[in-house]
Amino acid sequence: MEAREIVFDFLEGYDLLGAFWVTVKLTVYSALGSLIWGTLLAGMRVGPVPLMRGFGTAYVNIVRNIPLTVIIVFASLGLFQTLQVTLGGGDDFEVINFRLAVLALSLYTAAFVCEALRSGINTVPTGQAEAARALGLSFTQVLRLIILPQAFRSVVNPLANVLIALTKNTTVAAAIGVVEAAYLMKDMIEAEAQLILISAIFAFGFICLTLPTGLLLGWVSKKVAVKR
Amino acid sequence: MSGVSVTKAAQDAATTGDDLVVLSDVNKHFGALHVLQDIDLTIARGEVVVVIGPSGSGKSTLCRTINRLETIDSGAITIDGKPLPQEGKELARLRADVGMVFQSFNLFAHKTVLENVMLGQLKVRKADKAAAEEKARSLLDRVGVATQADKYPSQLSGGQQQRVAIARALAMDPKVMLFDEPTSALDPEMINEVLEVMQQLARDGMTMVVVTHEMGFARSAANRVVFMADGKIVEEATPDQFFSNPRSDRAKDFLSKILHH
Repeated sequence: MEAREIVFDFLEGYDLLGAFWVTVKLTVYSALGSLIWGTLLAGMRVGPVPLMRGFGTAYVNIVRNIPLTVIIVFASLGLFQTLQVTLGGGDDFEVINFRLAVLALSLYTAAFVCEALRSGINTVPTGQAEAARALGLSFTQVLRLIILPQAFRSVVNPLANVLIALTKNTTVAAAIGVVEAAYLMKDMIEAEAQLILISAIFAFGFICLTLPTGLLLGWVSKKVAVKR
Repeated sequence: MSGVSVTKAAQDAATTGDDLVVLSDVNKHFGALHVLQDIDLTIARGEVVVVIGPSGSGKSTLCRTINRLETIDSGAITIDGKPLPQEGKELARLRADVGMVFQSFNLFAHKTVLENVMLGQLKVRKADKAAAEEKARSLLDRVGVATQADKYPSQLSGGQQQRVAIARALAMDPKVMLFDEPTSALDPEMINEVLEVMQQLARDGMTMVVVTHEMGFARSAANRVVFMADGKIVEEATPDQFFSNPRSDRAKDFLSKILHH
């Protein structure tokens, strides 16, 4: 009892849980955003309209090759400070930065969601789409009702990888002042002496978030797999 | 027994002279391969046309051009007087009236048998759910798989899957049914259960285009046999004429290879 109190003394006054809660919120919102935008991008890339296919391809190849830090910093300096895009955050910097970070993370992660999903679309036999078209379903109906549901089921594991990467990528949001876990860690490292312990605590925190995600989605993946 | 009603259907078709599917001067290439060459084919309402021929003769491609799963390079295809439109809403509407049964069944793997048969009714015909389910169940009963309604396609035998696929196509109340080698992927003992369903359909007066290697079916259910080789229609005749007295050498050669054992 005594020993533990002494070892973890330095944690006093830091909102560790609060910081990780921001990490969780960044992850969840960005995951939803990137899932929606990534699905739309995948739809464009397999669609019949050349302009949309071209846009989807260009988007993925540009966005996934730019460092996330650059994208997030651009969101802050370019969108907010230069173009005054506040995303409805009024003049509350904390809210604005948080929303900009979610936007940047979503736009970035969507490229990876799109590619994971596209590989899933490729696992669906062409006969499925042909049968659906032969029934008189439109392109979007075929995609929405037949192709994507089967594609999603086959890419739960790759999407779990994307989600885990996203969780860890939220640390980049510290660069524009979002007070999430990595931001707090930097603060603590500057003020405290227990460097290794601090790193270990944050590493442990992230594992607590990502390990169950991976295990749960691995189970889901088996559960929803389409039998042929 | 089935011969009587089939002949009657043929006469009906002949007397009304009502053309449902018309292909005129259709050409298609796969790269350098001229897979359909100047195809002219007219299918009357209520007629059962069986397309036979050696592998690679273009018979599956012909079947697939009728609902535009394969595009054509030149020529024209009309269904019930309407030319096949470009890909889009118009084409989707037309496809809904053309039932298709594939060699590999192509049942939607993530949906139950019942959902497979309901999907087109709900999403294309905008039928109400209870009505769609009732119709689906009665069609499944008609093809003899009513007890499998809540299973997934992978849990069914090939013959059962193909019968579900027929029910799925019938649920759209199609004007014409296309069968693209419906029994070629089946184990021998399952072929008959599918052929029987098709025989029954033919007896009921459904307009059918059947690409098949089942000569027995061609003999008993067809009004007309179309023999294709190397992308051309080589011969068209009634089954009796074709099987007992083929005119072309190509057809004689083909029949001698398949009928003599």
